Amino acid sequence: MAVTAPPSVFAQILDYANRADPYPLYAELRRTPVVRQSDGSYVVSGYAEIVELLHDPRISSEQHGDAAGGLGTGAGLPPAFLQLDPPEHDRLRRIVTRHYGPPHTPDRVDAMIPDLRRTVSGLVDGLAGSPEVDLVDQVAYPFPVTAICDLLGVPRQDEPRFHPWSEALIAALDPGTGDPAERQRRRVSAMKEMGQYFAGLIGTRRHAPGPDLLSALATDQGPDGHLSDPQLLTTAFLLLNAGHETTVNLIANGMLTLLRHPDVLERLRRESELAIHLVEELLRYEPPVQFLPNRTALDDIEIADTTIPSGSRVTLVLAAGSRDPAHVRDPDRFDPDRFDPDRFGLARDTDQHLGFGGGVHYCFGAPLARLETQIALTELTRRLVNPRLVVDPPPYRTNPVLRGPRHLPVAIDGVLPADG
Amino acid sequence: MRLVVDLTRCQGYAQCAFLAPGAFVMQGEGEALLYEPEPDDEQRERVLRAAAACPVQAIVLDRGPVRNGDRPAVPAPRRDGITQDEFLRTGRIVIVGASLAGARAAGALRYEGFRGSLTVIGDESHDPYDRPPLSKQVQEGWVAPGHTGLPRRRAIDADWRLGVAATGLDLAAKQVRLADGTSVDFDRLLIATGVRARPWPVPAEAALDGVFVLRTREDAEGLQRMLAGRPDRVLVIGAGFTGSEVASVCRAIDVPVTVAEAGPAPLVAALGGTIGAIAAEIQRDAGVDLRCGVQVTALEGENGRLRRARLSDGSTLDVEVAVAALGGVRNVEWLEGSGLACGRWGVACDAGCRAFDANGLVTDDVFVAGDVARAPQPLFGYQLLALEHWGNAVSQAEVAAHNMLSDQAHRWPHLDVPIFWSTQFGNEIKSVGVPGVADEVVITQGSVPDRRFVAAYGRRGRLVGAVTVNHATWLDFYRRQIERAAPFPPPWRTVDQPAEAHPVPADFPTHPIPTQDATVVLTGHDPADRRATLLSP
Repeated sequence: MAVTAPPSVFAQILDYANRADPYPLYAELRRTPVVRQSDGSYVVSGYAEIVELLHDPRISSEQHGDAAGGLGTGAGLPPAFLQLDPPEHDRLRRIVTRHYGPPHTPDRVDAMIPDLRRTVSGLVDGLAGSPEVDLVDQVAYPFPVTAICDLLGVPRQDEPRFHPWSEALIAALDPGTGDPAERQRRRVSAMKEMGQYFAGLIGTRRHAPGPDLLSALATDQGPDGHLSDPQLLTTAFLLLNAGHETTVNLIANGMLTLLRHPDVLERLRRESELAIHLVEELLRYEPPVQFLPNRTALDDIEIADTTIPSGSRVTLVLAAGSRDPAHVRDPDRFDPDRFDPDRFGLARDTDQHLGFGGGVHYCFGAPLARLETQIALTELTRRLVNPRLVVDPPPYRTNPVLRGPRHLPVAIDGVLPADG
Repeated sequence: MRLVVDLTRCQGYAQCAFLAPGAFVMQGEGEALLYEPEPDDEQRERVLRAAAACPVQAIVLDRGPVRNGDRPAVPAPRRDGITQDEFLRTGRIVIVGASLAGARAAGALRYEGFRGSLTVIGDESHDPYDRPPLSKQVQEGWVAPGHTGLPRRRAIDADWRLGVAATGLDLAAKQVRLADGTSVDFDRLLIATGVRARPWPVPAEAALDGVFVLRTREDAEGLQRMLAGRPDRVLVIGAGFTGSEVASVCRAIDVPVTVAEAGPAPLVAALGGTIGAIAAEIQRDAGVDLRCGVQVTALEGENGRLRRARLSDGSTLDVEVAVAALGGVRNVEWLEGSGLACGRWGVACDAGCRAFDANGLVTDDVFVAGDVARAPQPLFGYQLLALEHWGNAVSQAEVAAHNMLSDQAHRWPHLDVPIFWSTQFGNEIKSVGVPGVADEVVITQGSVPDRRFVAAYGRRGRLVGAVTVNHATWLDFYRRQIERAAPFPPPWRTVDQPAEAHPVPADFPTHPIPTQDATVVLTGHDPADRRATLLSP
C-alpha cells in the first residue's frame, strides 16, 4: 500500500536548507522505497526498484500532460533525445553516437586525453600565487566547459556567452526554487539566443566542416538519416548544457570529498590508478545528478507492494538508491576500495551504482565525464600543496537535481610545477 | 593482464569501447562486442578504466602481478551457515574439470573461506581458458588462440593437475582415478567435466585435413590457420550458434561460406522457426550461401585433404574447409559404473547441485556444475535440464561451491533463469527463459527490419522466454516478468510497441524439452533469498 507522508520527505529534500547534506533525508525516504506524493506523483528511492524502473519499457521519458519545462522544449524546438522514447530516442542517439563513439568513431573520446591533461594542467598553473583559490570557478567549471566546446567545435572565445544561457536552462529543471512562469520565460529566451548563435555556427560548419562533432552532425548522411536543423539545435543545447552543468559537480564534489578524507587524498597523490575506482565511488557517494524527475508510467506498474497507476509521474532518486544498505554494505562510508574488478559472478551486483542512470537513457557523456574527473582529481591532488577546506560545508548551488558546491574555497600553501 | 566480459550481464552500453578502444570493439550497426582477452601492458590503464566504467560490471580482470597500490582483496561477507568446523581447515576437495565452471568453483571455494586442500583435474594441458572468443575474435585473426586465458584472482591456491583426464570415480572409496594411473582422495567432489564437440559421424571423413570441429584451443588454432589462408569456400555444417558464428566470421573476413542446415532455419532449436527465419535473412544479407533443409551426405578428399562435399539435394560443393557444428557430447564416460545418475543428458543433480545416485537418491558429497549438470528447472515443470550456457556455468559453480561448504539449512538453490547470448553478423542476440517450450511468439518492442527488437515467447497463456536482438537493455525486464509468471501475450502498454502485435506460432520443429504445467514464481535477489513458490491452480 502506498504511504503518503505529510510533510513529505521529498519536499524537504527540495528545500535548499538541506542541500549540503540530503543523505539522512534519503535514508528516511528509502523506508518507503516507492512513495506517493500529495500531487499524485511517485518517488522511488530503493536501489532495486530504481534499477527495475530504469529498464521497464512501461516508463516513458517523454513529456506527458502538463509536465512541461524540459531542457529541449519551447522556443518552437523539438525535444532532445533525453526527453524522447524509443524508437525516436534510439535513432537520434545513434546518429550523434556515430560521430562521437563506437562503433563508427571509437577513438574520439580517447583522443581527447592529451588535450584534457593540458587544459587541467594550465588551469592548475593558474592557481599559483594565491593563498586561497576557488576550485569551482578556477578548475571544476572551466575545465569541462573547455572540453565540451572543443568536442562540439564552439570557439573558445564564445564561451562566456554560454554561462547565463546554461544557467537559465538548468534553472528550469529545478523543481524547488523560484517562480515557475519566470523560469520558463527565461529559459525560452535563453534558448532563442542560443538558437541564433548555433544556427550561425552550424551554417559556417556546413560550408567549411572541421574535425568537430557539430561539423560532423551538420554534414551527416548515415543509415539512420540526419538530424534536422531544429534537432541539431536541441542536441547541441543538450550536449553543451550537460557539459556545463554536470561534470562541474562531479569534480567539485570529488575535491570536497577528498578534502574530507585526507587519507584517501594522500593515497591518490601516490597512486594515480586509484583515481579510476575513486571516481566510481564518487559517482555512488556524491552523484552529480541526484534524481531523474519527469518520467511517466504508461501502464499500471506493480512494484514494492505498490501499484504506480498508469499516467503517474515518477521520480527516480538515484542518489538515494546508490546508498541503499540493501545494495551496498556500509553505504555512507566513502570507500574507493569497494570496487573489486577481480570479482566474478554473483558478487558483481554490489559493484554497480546509479551515478549515470541506466537503461537507454544512460548518460551520453559518461566516458568523457569519467576521464575529465579522473584527470582533474589526479592533477589537483598531485600539485596542490597542503590544501584545506576554508568552509565546510561550502555554499551550494540551489538546484537539488544537479547538486554541487557553488564555490569551493580552498587554502593552499603553493602549487607544484606540472610533471615533465 | 587478462579479462573476460560476462556477456550474460552486458547490456551494450559500449563504455568499454569508448575508454579502451584498442581492447574492446563494437562491431557492425548492432550491439556486438568483441574484446581482447589478454591485452598488453600498454593498455593497462585504459582497460582498468573500461572495467571500472562498465555500468553492469560485466568485465572481470586479473590485474597481473601485484603492483604498488593494489589493496588486499575485499574479503567475502560472512555468510550464515558456512561450516566453521574442521572441514574448512583440513578438508579435501577435488574438482574434475578445469574450464569455466571448474575454475570458477575453485575461486569461489577460496573466496568463501575454504582453506583445506584443493585439487583441480583437467584433461586439457592449458590453464583455464574462455571458449566464446574462439569462434569469434580468434577466427577473425584479431586474438591469438592461446590468448583467451580466464582471469583468476591472482593465483588460486590449488593443486592444478592439468593434462591428465579423470578416468573413473569410486564413490565408496571416495577416490578419483586418473589417466596416468594415480588417484586422488576427496572428502567432497565437484564434477564439472562439461561437453566436447560432437564429431563428424564418419571417422574417415572426419580425419580429412580441412575438416574441423570447434571447441578447444587446438580446434580454434587449426581452423584459424585455414581461414587465414583465404580458402575459396568454407562449408559450415549445422546453423546452431557455433555454426552461425563461424559463418559470421567468414563474411567478416570476406571468405565465401555455405551453411548447410538440416532444419528449416538457423538457430531453430533455440529461437524457433519464426524468429529463425529472421536469422536466415540476416545470414543471407551478409552474403552467406544458406541452405536449409539440406544435409551433408559425404565429405570427399584427395590425398587426405578435403576437396568437396555432397549434399542431400544432389548438389556437390568444392570446399577446402568444413566445420562440423553439430552440438556437444557430455563428458560422462568416465563416470560409467560410478553409481551416479548419469547418461547422455548429463549428470542429474538437485537444485543445490548435489548429484543424484542411480537410485535417484541425492548424495551428500558429490556436486555437479556447468554444461554437464542436469538440474531441475522449477519454472519449467521441474524438468531436469542441462544448459550449455556460459552464465549458467558461472552461477552454478558458485552455488555448488557455496553448498559444498554450507550446512543443510543454509544451502542455496540454483534458481537462475537461463540466459545466453550469441554475437554474429554484428548483432547481439540474447535469450532469457526457455523459449524452446513456447507455442507462440510476438514482437513486443522495436523493429524487425531494423534488427533491433524483443520477441516474447509464451506457452498456454504464460510468458516463458524472450529473445532480444540488439536490445539487450530490455532483457532484464522480461526476465523479471518470466519469474513472476506473467501472462502471454504481454498485456502491457510500453514504449516502442509495434503497431500490429499479434502472437504467431513460435514454430519449434519438435519440443526438444518435454514440459508440464506447474506454475512457479521466483522471488528474491540475493542467492540466500532465492525461492521458488508454487502457485495454487
